[in-house]
Amino acid sequence: MTASSENALKERQFKIVGTRPLRPDGIDKVTGRARFGADMTAPGMLIGKVLRSPHAHARIRGIDASKALALAGVKAVVTHADFSKVGADLDDVSCNVMARDKALYDGHAVAAVAAVSGAVAAKALRLIDVSYEILPHVTDVEAAMGADAPVLHEDMFTSGIRPKPDRASNVVHRHEFGHGDVAQGFEQADVVVERHFTTAATHQGYIEPHACLGSVGPDGQGELWCCTQGHFYVRNACAAMLGMDLSHLRVTASEIGGGFGGKTTVFIEPVALALSRKAGRPVKVVMSREEVFRASGPTSSTAMTVKIGATRDGRITAAEAELKFQGGAFAGSPVDLGAMTAFACYDLKNVKTVAYDVVANRPKQAAYRAPGAPMAAFAVEGVMDELAGKIGMDPIALRLKNAAEAGTQSSYGPKFGPIGFVETLVAAREHAHYSAPLGPHQGRGVASGFWFNFGGQTCVSLNLHADGSVALAVGTPDIGGSRASMGQMAAEELGIDYDKIHTIIADTSSLGYNDISEGSRVTFSTGLATIQAARDAITKLCGRAAQFWGIPEDAVVWEDGHARPAGANAGDFEPLSLAEIAATAAKTGGPIAGHCEISAEGAGVSFATHIVDAEVDPETGRAQILRYTVVQDAGKAIHPSYVEGQYQGGAVQGIGWALNEEYIYGDDGRLQNPSFLDYRIPVASDLPMIDTVIVEVPNPGHPYGVRGVGETSIVPPLAAVANAVSAAAGVRLTELPLSPPRVLEAIDGMAAEDEA
Amino acid sequence: MGWPLKTRREGVARVFLGGPLKVAAGSEGELEIEAKNIRELLTQLGDAHPALKPMIEKGVAVSIDGQIYRDAWYQPIPPGSEVFILMPMAGG
Repeated sequence: MTASSENALKERQFKIVGTRPLRPDGIDKVTGRARFGADMTAPGMLIGKVLRSPHAHARIRGIDASKALALAGVKAVVTHADFSKVGADLDDVSCNVMARDKALYDGHAVAAVAAVSGAVAAKALRLIDVSYEILPHVTDVEAAMGADAPVLHEDMFTSGIRPKPDRASNVVHRHEFGHGDVAQGFEQADVVVERHFTTAATHQGYIEPHACLGSVGPDGQGELWCCTQGHFYVRNACAAMLGMDLSHLRVTASEIGGGFGGKTTVFIEPVALALSRKAGRPVKVVMSREEVFRASGPTSSTAMTVKIGATRDGRITAAEAELKFQGGAFAGSPVDLGAMTAFACYDLKNVKTVAYDVVANRPKQAAYRAPGAPMAAFAVEGVMDELAGKIGMDPIALRLKNAAEAGTQSSYGPKFGPIGFVETLVAAREHAHYSAPLGPHQGRGVASGFWFNFGGQTCVSLNLHADGSVALAVGTPDIGGSRASMGQMAAEELGIDYDKIHTIIADTSSLGYNDISEGSRVTFSTGLATIQAARDAITKLCGRAAQFWGIPEDAVVWEDGHARPAGANAGDFEPLSLAEIAATAAKTGGPIAGHCEISAEGAGVSFATHIVDAEVDPETGRAQILRYTVVQDAGKAIHPSYVEGQYQGGAVQGIGWALNEEYIYGDDGRLQNPSFLDYRIPVASDLPMIDTVIVEVPNPGHPYGVRGVGETSIVPPLAAVANAVSAAAGVRLTELPLSPPRVLEAIDGMAAEDEA
Repeated sequence: MGWPLKTRREGVARVFLGGPLKVAAGSEGELEIEAKNIRELLTQLGDAHPALKPMIEKGVAVSIDGQIYRDAWYQPIPPGSEVFILMPMAGG
């Protein structure tokens, strides 16, 4: 990007982009009219329920469903035998949907029933006789890596090490990233800090449980309504597991009560369809909260060691990390992303990260906002904080001294283009929060974070109605306000009022394939496609005006919602509005629509810096967040209220992850706290108002400069909160969550050391 | 074909293999490859290093002069550009 084009993006004046119109789904959501996954019904509908393993690890010797099938009202029972063999890309997903020869975790689905009511289905589940051979289990990441650990998959041999191992293990792979020579770098350091960290598995905590209604007719045509972040992916996965043509399954995404990455895969959807196919009637399946905890995808638990060396004046000479993430019973923890993002904030000559992907007897992990990055940042930013203390440097000054900028070679390889990390640090340093006084037992923490942001396959249709209003059909479920921001971008391009645009999420038979709403990609990718679809429509509108005026198409321009002659030579004609042209469309060539089908590339990475004040009660160890400020680069905020909401939501989820949330397993390998009573997410009364600062350093890959904003905001808070609580408690805390007993133990331990 | 760095030539892309790709290729982390676009580049890489083929088929991301592409076979690779082959990436 040239300096002039960058400035042009910064200085562009928008009419609608950057304003805060009312959210289009607001009234439906506050009045209860919005239809979520469990709100769909169909004539003759059955209720489906899933039988789940009570064992953490067990061989399935046999399943006898004869008694259940004999129960009045039971219409179908399915097991793994009712699903088609799938390709390698879906094999683990399919095995997670329904166990085959082994149950791999407490809650793993082993069979399912469809019956005329929930009560009958529940009774039928109790009549299914599963013969288990209980096997030894392991749930801890470092224990799972041990040579004597029970092995989950006899065919899993660690890749990425030489020579190739001859024994199966729970370590999926060892991957190494980085550049330079860390040993040499540490020799140049005056100060070196090394720490070991752990984090617990946490759940995304979406309020709406997984829910769907599936229907497969005797002609093999299927329909599915479900809450998901990606209904096109759901269609493809379900069609593969049921052996259906893609065109024979139509999936409609409901409103979604939170996803945060956890609804980017399938759990109950193929089961509902398989039951429906067998029963010949529609089947609804709704997970209970307990099932959501036991059998949907939380994030990884981790063990990490980070070592950073620096000169006395604060220049980092070497940085190294070893990350171990368990991703549940199947390969695919986000450890590589953790390793790639761990040091991405910094300009480092010598950097090395080693990543171990590990399986354990826990539910298969699913994505959770910026998968892998928050845990890695927790460890790295904790060491950065301690390093700043040891060399007597302000923590933001230390980060500024080492901050990545445009042209810096990132720790994961490529050089950065225009980025806004320094801008977030400067804005944080200058924020009133950073210099506000602190009271007794209070501490302040700072941390920064990075996330890639992605593009992907995207398809949009924009239909102009005869009255001048516009229907915008997109294929990315709205998980964070995208219907509003798409409407704003379409209105901006077309030059009409925002209220004239109505945006819907189209079903899978109405648009070409759309990738999942994940990776902070929607405002970028669907926005890009919306802008291009609007421009496509404008070209057609100008063509109709040219026809009307009898002048060449290229002699017409589109300005402020009107077709106008391009100049004096084009002729003297009254401008034609969008509504005027649309009103005569039937007589001038038929309906006018704009389309765009792309694989969006050009996503811009983003950075954030968070400031937190915490107070610790030395008697109980309880930590309270007093003040919180998020500073993040959005590139360009299309709808600032939604951007702020993303910032605040990321911070709040991070606070919960840092302070309270954790999957607790008993010695029997069973989850001990599968409810919101025992798994404590923060509620409004736990929190201060989360202050936000939107930094805008445009992404040159988007016409308006948009970067993703949905994930970066959850990267710094684990570290920022831990740094604040450590400062308040007077002791470095390295294990999450920072629950009162753990903080108290650290305070007491420090007091005992002082006395000794 | 990929050439080791010592035979560096003018006008070809410098290609760096990230993480496990480097190990699979026998720790030859930096190559020079003349390819018009990403598809040509990945084909040549797979031919020169068969161990990379399954990883490429599973999906990789390609960075050209700092811009990351996930699915763009025909994205041109300008001569002299710096290319990183990265592990596939997904978000939440």
